[in-house]
Amino acid sequence: MLEIKNLNVSVENIKILNNFNLQIKEGEIHAIMGPNGTGKSTLSNVIMGNSRYKIDKGEIKYNGVKINNLSVDERARMGIFLSMQNPISIEGVQNSDFIRTAINAKEEEPVNLYEFMADMMRETEELKIPEEMIYRSLNVGASGGERKKNEVLQIKMLKPSFIILDELDSGLDIDSLKICCKNIKEYLKDHKDTSLLIITHYPRILEYIKPTFVHEMIDGTIVKTGGMSLALDLEKHGYNSK
Amino acid sequence: MTITGLNEQNIREISKIKDEDKWILDYRLKSYQLFNKLDMPKFGPKIDIDFNKIIYYKDKVNELDSSWSCINPSIRSEFEALGVISSEQYMSGMGVQYESEVIYHNMLEELVEKKVIFTSIEVAMKKYPSLVKKYFTKIVGTAENKFTALNGAVFSGGSFIYIPPNTTLERPLQSYFRINSKAMGQFERTLIIVDDNSKLHYIEGCTAPTYSDSSLHAAVVEIYVGKNSYCRYTTVQNWATNVLNLVTKRAVVEENGSMEWVDGNIGSSITMKYPCCVLKGDNSSGKCITIGVATHKQILDSGARMIHIGKNTSSTIISKSIARLGGNASYRGKVEIKKSATNSHAMVKCDSLIVDKNSKSDAYPTNICSTKESSLEHEATVSRINDDALFYLMSRGITKERATELIILGFIDNFTQELPMEYAVELNQLLSKNL
Repeated sequence: MLEIKNLNVSVENIKILNNFNLQIKEGEIHAIMGPNGTGKSTLSNVIMGNSRYKIDKGEIKYNGVKINNLSVDERARMGIFLSMQNPISIEGVQNSDFIRTAINAKEEEPVNLYEFMADMMRETEELKIPEEMIYRSLNVGASGGERKKNEVLQIKMLKPSFIILDELDSGLDIDSLKICCKNIKEYLKDHKDTSLLIITHYPRILEYIKPTFVHEMIDGTIVKTGGMSLALDLEKHGYNSK
Repeated sequence: MTITGLNEQNIREISKIKDEDKWILDYRLKSYQLFNKLDMPKFGPKIDIDFNKIIYYKDKVNELDSSWSCINPSIRSEFEALGVISSEQYMSGMGVQYESEVIYHNMLEELVEKKVIFTSIEVAMKKYPSLVKKYFTKIVGTAENKFTALNGAVFSGGSFIYIPPNTTLERPLQSYFRINSKAMGQFERTLIIVDDNSKLHYIEGCTAPTYSDSSLHAAVVEIYVGKNSYCRYTTVQNWATNVLNLVTKRAVVEENGSMEWVDGNIGSSITMKYPCCVLKGDNSSGKCITIGVATHKQILDSGARMIHIGKNTSSTIISKSIARLGGNASYRGKVEIKKSATNSHAMVKCDSLIVDKNSKSDAYPTNICSTKESSLEHEATVSRINDDALFYLMSRGITKERATELIILGFIDNFTQELPMEYAVELNQLLSKNL
């Protein structure tokens, strides 16, 4: 599904990713753990196509197609979804209008408004998001937790095939984290081919969503790969313990 | 009959076609003399007009009628396509001006019974001369600027509205202005009187097809808001991008009265327009919400003016401008709280959004507060379309163009919320088409 080969990425001429390699197959759940500043968020942004990050070398393939030069929206329409670390707010853009526009951008036929609203209502209830939030401007006045829940709401509405969770657990209290993880797991159960890349500092989220593989990332590259035990080991002994 | 070029003979000719009384012809000739004496505006964009190439009058295509079935079919279908005819159901009454003359006027029967007058300025001058004379030129002086003088000399068409005391119109009155010939000048003159304890919402829409030669729109709008009365004047201006739009609009507000200008500007090559409220009576209030979108080489020089004279008066100016693809959308406004206007408050809030590097937006505010017992607030922001916002929206599959549009429409959202429903829809469609 996702194949990253020898990827070198820089931001304002500072090298961040260094010969980075990763392969994620259909239905797999991968977790990347690592200290601050190691390039985890750079990785998620560069997969999504943020133009601030420059690919110096290497390639990213999605379902066999090289996506290095595709625009952000093209990648999204191919099924890639980035749940952002700090979801921004945009004044005047109504949440439900925005989500409907995003669905319509993907589909050939515009979504039926009645069905759309029914889906939105159901999912907001599942996520315990206040109903009025869907009529508000995107994330305006929303707490950190509400913003993260809104990201998960978008996953459920937009139905991506590859999801990156960039520090979903930051800014989320334990109850909200549980609700978010429960919803993501339900989504994965209904969409067996969907793959997940979890980027996190802490193994807590991995207790709710069990990863297939855990990678330790240091200085822009993966240094160790293992299973859940690696995550627990990293928590106990810190990063890059030999 | 088409009258091209500006001279005394042509002005006499217009007056003759309209079969005007002598006082009107005298007024036109006096205005023409003023026009010759006055200079072009000393501020704002450079205006390049050859006054002798403009068409000042174009013959009626139709007598003024109150039934669409009597309107020339080709013109009728033009207004049908513009959605003007279907919008009539939302209105208390509607007037339509085509080139120089008003061709259609109709109003609900109950308003006729309430003695509401809604007609063209020409008909009003003939039928209600004393009422017209009481207010005509008393609110916007002819000598005010070169274009008010020009309007005085060659005015043709425009609405006359009289709302008697203690009368509330539940639904708006609407006028639609259409320029259809190239090099055409439209010089309508509108006079609205909302007598004491009454309420009116008036909507004005304007369109024109694009020609290579510039057209000129130089209108004058005068509004009188009586004691305890309310008037809202909404404009959705979508002239073609070769129309010079130079308009003087002013309202005088009496005690406890309230005036609101809602002004949307999308079209025109150059717009200079600063709707004004003169808050004459104590406790009167004024509000102006203005939005402008300048695209390509369009220059929008717009804003509002609030003059506080009475005590306890309040005013609000909200200006939203968007400059894109080399457009220039600037705010020019004036708030003056005179010494007499004690315990008054004025608020100015201008926000502009600059979409790309080639576009610009400047602000030229003049704020004068002459009494310590009053206050004036001014807030201004200039923003660019934020890369993070674009990235976020695009990361959900929305194209860059549509994402930009969403951000822009979001920027003006609180403006569209002020519009009546059907106008908000029309404005959003217009903006979407333009973006």
